[in-house]
Amino acid sequence: MSAGRITLVLARTAAAILAAGSLVLILWRGLDHPAVALAFGMLVTVGELARWSDGGEREPAPLGAAGALSYALLGQNAGQPDHHGVQEVVTVVLAATLAGCVPHAARGRGSTADHLTRRLLTVAFAAVCFQPIYEHGRLHGWGGSTYALLVVALLVLTTLCDAVLAAALAHSRTRWPFGPLLRDELRATLGIGSAVCATGAVMSLAVAVVGLWALPVFSLPLLLTQLSYRRYAAVRTTYRQTITSLARATEIAGYTPAGHARRVAALSRAVGRELGLSGPELTVLEYAALMHDIGQLSLVDPVPAGATASLPAEEQRRIALLGGAVVRQTGVHAEVAVVVERQADPYREQPVSARIVRTVNAYEEMAREGTGPGGPLSALERLRLACARDYQPEIVESLARVLQRDGLTLAVTG
Amino acid sequence: MGPVRPWARVYVGCAVLTALLCAAPALDLAAPPLWAVVLLAALYAGSEGIPLPRVLGRARAGERLAGPGAGEGSGTFFPVLLAGAFLLPPEAAVLVPLPGALLVPGAGRPPWLRRSWRAAQLALAVWAASHVHAALGGREAVAGPHFPYALLTAGGAVLAFCLTLTALDAGILALAEGVPARTSWSGLFLRSLAPVAVHGLAGLMMAVLWLSPYGPVAALLVLLPMYVSCWVFAQYHRERAAHQATIRALVQAVDIKDGYTRGHSERVGQASMMIARELGMDDERAEVLRFAGILHDVGKLGVPTRLLRKDGPLTPEERRIIELHPEYGHEMVRGIGFLGEARSAILHHHERLDGSGYPYGLVGTQIPEFARVVAVADAFDAMTSTRSYRRARPVPAALEELQRCAGAQFDPAMVRALVHALDRHGWHPAVTADEEHGTVPAPAPPVAGEPAVQRRGGGGA
Repeated sequence: MSAGRITLVLARTAAAILAAGSLVLILWRGLDHPAVALAFGMLVTVGELARWSDGGEREPAPLGAAGALSYALLGQNAGQPDHHGVQEVVTVVLAATLAGCVPHAARGRGSTADHLTRRLLTVAFAAVCFQPIYEHGRLHGWGGSTYALLVVALLVLTTLCDAVLAAALAHSRTRWPFGPLLRDELRATLGIGSAVCATGAVMSLAVAVVGLWALPVFSLPLLLTQLSYRRYAAVRTTYRQTITSLARATEIAGYTPAGHARRVAALSRAVGRELGLSGPELTVLEYAALMHDIGQLSLVDPVPAGATASLPAEEQRRIALLGGAVVRQTGVHAEVAVVVERQADPYREQPVSARIVRTVNAYEEMAREGTGPGGPLSALERLRLACARDYQPEIVESLARVLQRDGLTLAVTG
Repeated sequence: MGPVRPWARVYVGCAVLTALLCAAPALDLAAPPLWAVVLLAALYAGSEGIPLPRVLGRARAGERLAGPGAGEGSGTFFPVLLAGAFLLPPEAAVLVPLPGALLVPGAGRPPWLRRSWRAAQLALAVWAASHVHAALGGREAVAGPHFPYALLTAGGAVLAFCLTLTALDAGILALAEGVPARTSWSGLFLRSLAPVAVHGLAGLMMAVLWLSPYGPVAALLVLLPMYVSCWVFAQYHRERAAHQATIRALVQAVDIKDGYTRGHSERVGQASMMIARELGMDDERAEVLRFAGILHDVGKLGVPTRLLRKDGPLTPEERRIIELHPEYGHEMVRGIGFLGEARSAILHHHERLDGSGYPYGLVGTQIPEFARVVAVADAFDAMTSTRSYRRARPVPAALEELQRCAGAQFDPAMVRALVHALDRHGWHPAVTADEEHGTVPAPAPPVAGEPAVQRRGGGGA
């Protein structure tokens, strides 16, 4: 077991112990408020069933998360005190999440274990912070607004902890650097995370006022939010597919070998991750890598085998400028055009994304020339030798690390 | 949009007057819940000031009065308005939308007419909602709170809100643009009811929490998910616009490379869409078919420019290379999921009904439906637009030519559909060659002995 896996194993063990302990306690003592538990359990299950189909989102089941958090922070039900311990919260969330995950697991989508681990630890954290204070009656003297603010503060704290946990889990699974992962997680909490937080707080307060009717009433706005996110995700996917198609134009026209743009994009993204670029920067990098050869469409005759890296510098720069002009027309972010334009400059004058694209493109072309297992190795060697001017040493080293980790497979299969 | 018609001005004036009358009792209200009105109005103004896309279907009509400019950057944030209707007496609730609607930035021209229209419209809708809510005994239900009765009263209020809003919209549409009021009203109403109902639930929650011990602080939290939802919606629209720009760039590259008049691909898309509507396809398929028309020649990016632009006869070898473009195009768009059936149209748009087309020489119904549509649309636009080697033909001559070739080359059903669609709507290409402005090219004497359908591979066939 490598050192990085420890976080993952620790988190899973903690969640398992928590779940087992709560189950035993509940089996022994029974549920305090079965109706409330059932209602919240159903809400969480529905939320899990409505999970996004495609992975890679920060919060796959916003309604499930909001329902679980509001149950953890529930103090009253329609004006009546409603004491339920941490063990009850954990058990209900565990059972409901498992029930909601069944269809997803049956279709083999999403990693249920990680999802469940995160959900249980987060909810337990919120419940442990809130329920004991509430039960000791320390909050009764507080004004209503102060109480509401306390609930919000607790939820913000919980969300921050959740972001750290998610980043740690992703780090131990993928070995990408922790800092940028955490930054991406925290940025995501501003969007859907804040909606989940607010809904959790509102639900727990609203149930305290009007009873369980609040649950269906307030899940609709959050479902609307989720729907908006899903449409956004769908249009982003389509957009990426279109960009990929545009990139394939050079391959079909015979300017570049088949699959070149896609391989450069995948490898650039991996190197960008390794170097700690953030989510939006990675998107710019990927689009630029996909379209880096688009300038060749303006050439009258194809460059032999599309190998731009071996052309004279002036010619390379001319093609890059032509490409930038094409990219500017396509409505993608202006930064993408800049990266495409500057890809042939010496690395000291380039933005970091352009350095990555240049290095990876050169590697891809050189690795293709050499046949057999020697190709990638000699390509890396040639890049290292050209480090003084064209390629940044740090990026070449990062590329070497990525290739080593992925066993040089990326370049071959793409 | 051109100048606002006088009757529309009178209509707006009447609406403003009525709204003022509704708000008048607020002046001598015994104890106006002033701070609640101010807070809600400020909230609404704040959310209107934030640049958002149009959130709801309703926005369409009201803002069409306003033309494309208005509302483009501003969303309508109903939960605050509806919470106002649930919390306040009608004459006070009327005041909530006013500052937001009057101060909204970027209203189209003329700005004050549009702003006052918007303010009056929202004020009247809120007033109606608040009245219905109070009449149903909603005030007590919210203060109680008595669920599920509060849901019923809120439902009544939402219905009143929606009806008023869409009725006013239908009125302005009828006066300003001559759209029959009854049909536009029912359409608007059905489109906006579901989103307004969701906003109404949020408004109800807001009102309940506002009156609860937790106070307005808790009520504010309700707005956060709604706001995030609007923000994501704005992102969605931005991304979609970028996507469309990318497709347009792709298409322009083809048109430039081929030396066509600008906009050939767009026009083929438009004609395909007209045929689709005539065939009774649903909106989604028609949209996909439009993309099929737009992208039908995208494979030409893979054909050397020298061949595409060559003057004079092509050698068999050159012809063979040009005839590869449907396969190139198919290969390019293979990965674009949403294109669906359009991909087969791109591959087969040069097939002919008698089996003499390419790439596969399919016969009759073996050719996908979309491909048969695009083939007709492509040939039609090729004949009616000016090319470097000949002038444009008038529309009737082109249709005659199409009908002559129907059966052998084109599917007669598609040709008939195009003829009917043009009879009914005329041909108003959105993008035309530079020198013409959105109209059919002036009838030109047809070039003798040149059936467009027999042109080289890249031509209209």
